[in-house]
Amino acid sequence: MSLVLRGIRKSYGFAEVLRGIDLEAGYGRVLAIVGANGAGKSTLIKILAGAVPKGSGVIEMDGRPLDLQGPHDAIRKGICTVYQELSLVPGLTVTENLLMGVLPTRYGLIDWRAARARAKEILASVGFGAVDETAVISELSIAKQQMVEIAKALVSKPKILVLDEPSAVLSGSDLDSLYALVRQLRARGILVLYVSHRLQEVLDLADRILILKDGGFVAELDPSVATEDEMITLMAGRQIEAIYPDRRKKFGPPVMTVQGLTRAGEFENISFSLRGGEVLSIFGLVGAGRSELVETIFGARKADGGLVSVGDEAAVLDTPAKAINSGLALVTEDRKHTGLILGHSVHENINLATMRGLMLSLAKRRSNTDTMLENLSVMPKRCNNMEVWQLSGGNQQKVVVSKWLLTNPSILILDEPTRGVDMATRAEIYRKIDELAALGLSILMVSSDLTEAVSMADRVLVMRDGRLVKELAAADSDEEEVLAYAIGGYDQ
Amino acid sequence: MSKPGLAAQAASAPQLVTFRHGRVEVRGRDVTAPLILFTVAASLAIIANPLTNGVFFTGNNLTNLLRQMTTIPGLLSLGMLFVILTGGIDLSVGSVVGFSAIIAALATVQWGFPVWAAFALGIGTGAFWGLVNGTIIARFKLAPFVVTLAMMTLIRGLIYVFSEMSVSTRDFPAFTVLGSALVFGIPVSAIIMVGFFILGAVLLNLTPLGRSIISIGGNRETVRLAGISVSRGIISAYVISGICAGVGGVLLASRLGNIQPSLGSMFELDAIAACVIGGASLAGGKGTVQGTALGVLILAVMNNLLSLRNVDSYWQWILKGIIIIIVVLIHSAGAGKRGQ
Repeated sequence: MSLVLRGIRKSYGFAEVLRGIDLEAGYGRVLAIVGANGAGKSTLIKILAGAVPKGSGVIEMDGRPLDLQGPHDAIRKGICTVYQELSLVPGLTVTENLLMGVLPTRYGLIDWRAARARAKEILASVGFGAVDETAVISELSIAKQQMVEIAKALVSKPKILVLDEPSAVLSGSDLDSLYALVRQLRARGILVLYVSHRLQEVLDLADRILILKDGGFVAELDPSVATEDEMITLMAGRQIEAIYPDRRKKFGPPVMTVQGLTRAGEFENISFSLRGGEVLSIFGLVGAGRSELVETIFGARKADGGLVSVGDEAAVLDTPAKAINSGLALVTEDRKHTGLILGHSVHENINLATMRGLMLSLAKRRSNTDTMLENLSVMPKRCNNMEVWQLSGGNQQKVVVSKWLLTNPSILILDEPTRGVDMATRAEIYRKIDELAALGLSILMVSSDLTEAVSMADRVLVMRDGRLVKELAAADSDEEEVLAYAIGGYDQ
Repeated sequence: MSKPGLAAQAASAPQLVTFRHGRVEVRGRDVTAPLILFTVAASLAIIANPLTNGVFFTGNNLTNLLRQMTTIPGLLSLGMLFVILTGGIDLSVGSVVGFSAIIAALATVQWGFPVWAAFALGIGTGAFWGLVNGTIIARFKLAPFVVTLAMMTLIRGLIYVFSEMSVSTRDFPAFTVLGSALVFGIPVSAIIMVGFFILGAVLLNLTPLGRSIISIGGNRETVRLAGISVSRGIISAYVISGICAGVGGVLLASRLGNIQPSLGSMFELDAIAACVIGGASLAGGKGTVQGTALGVLILAVMNNLLSLRNVDSYWQWILKGIIIIIVVLIHSAGAGKRGQ
């Protein structure tokens, strides 16, 4: 056995995050690890990457005990990790990123020609020949950046490669190249530890599936016979029936009409209307212009043309403040960079969008916080003064939603509300969306998750390359049809 | 991915006092910084008398200490705090002090303004320079360091345009009243400073403007999407800094009675130091008025002690540098463990 973990435990403070991980794995396999948020996946990955020390237990590699002294040590010993958050330097070229720390030199100076040749060779050897080695990282698409990241991990010729949610930001053909690469790595005898929330891909790709729950492996499944439902049940520890609530039946008159909205280079001529109490989803592949569209509707980006009318009047929503006053709220896709002030307290974050006038009422702010934490059942009790970064992803999301619900919106825009969220919490989010819609709120939901986009919504708008290509009633459409429109299958 | 350790937080959050990651928390609120500051301030107070053979705690010295700390670090640090909270920095405050002082003096001595109007003019020019700084930084999205560095030299140059030589206000007793008057042994200028600190605390904690300023430093994009004008917050912070420097300049001019065109050089450094000692983060989004007040006190007491001991001024600089680094190290000791 090439990698053996025995009784790995890890605690942070009083919380035991890993409660004895046992694992034996051989080279040349793809081992998938799935689990709900908070199951301990990140911690396990960080221990293998040498980023955090293990609490107790034994790691053996090739029969010898392994004592990792840090990330560099792990890489030297043949374990490379590609994290979900990319670690490339945005201002440098692909070549510099790939060869960071090992740039070839001649007479003590960097030999750029040799460096570029080496980078080209590396990219070609992992099947990413399409990436230009002279390009600057920040000018590449997220998908290409991801390829560079993986290629970088392969520079040191690892025996074990840990991939943390590698597919989260990819779609379409990029996904196919990722899968092809993983299979190629397996064929080369590398042990791939593959962490993902996408259950179908795990079933397709993995040789073994391990279910992590509450800091320990609870089951191992054989991908050839396992099903998604089985995995969800094991991850959640209980049957989640009816993840998606029933579709709504009664709708009010249109509350928002978008006419011919255009932003050069991002999307053009988008028109649709949103009814009261309706859940409208916008589906499309990454890069179809969905986030840009909702941010423009919200006034966070300036439209080049077109009109957004809220209620009866055509409103010029060229700033978020005006959009908020018209009853819009936007829960952005990226919690950490645009949704929250991570270093500030839960209390500050919840009250951020409702600060108006000359003086604040501290009592009102306190009661706002208490009410919202209660309503959305944010987990740690009395977390008002805790800084938001201390909370789990799901709880952070609740803080963002609390902030926006306090503005008393009539239209709630949710951009990828369930990205990186486990099934149990998803179900909770879906229930909440349904509750809000029942109260008469209109929900505009951007989603890359096909099942969610179809099952959660009353209508689906499909976007491709910045255009609205189809509007479907969710009840009469199926996922394949929606996907076909999104990738252009029905075009010709 | 969820942050591990959540269960522990859930369990420990309700406790009154907790120690975690080297931080002390009371009811989940991090109180490490104020604790450190109190310890430092208390230690200074304890060693002060033995160190100075009993001179420190005399009425005369305390009056003197209060008067000296009013402008620098006092008022300048308060203004600087607001700028630092937005994630910026204001290197021009020293020059603004000199400018306001010289304008107020010239207005009284040469231009025939009544003293109150001269003071108002001095403070007004401070606000003006803050407005210029803030507007350039917010509208053109330039780096605060560069903009205020440029303004620092520009304003200093302008001072010499107005007066190449020092201006004496000794013939205008009304001009010197504010800087030297005492009420029950307490300098009026220090009372004004305390008033400004109270106003500053109210502004920062109880107004939407104050919360938006600190939030901008925490995450500008989140603030923008919350419908808050980022430009307005940034411009306000620099105007506050300018007003504080203006008031500081006028009070200093009033105390000195003889204003050199070089007045205020290097003041920005002590102002920044007091904020940092007080726990403010130069990255923005973190800092309190109370902390800054303690930072001001610590810096001022330190200066005073070293002077009373007749330590040479260059040794004072060296010691001050060392102490700033030590305090900042203590502040960051636990903070380094946060997050990823």
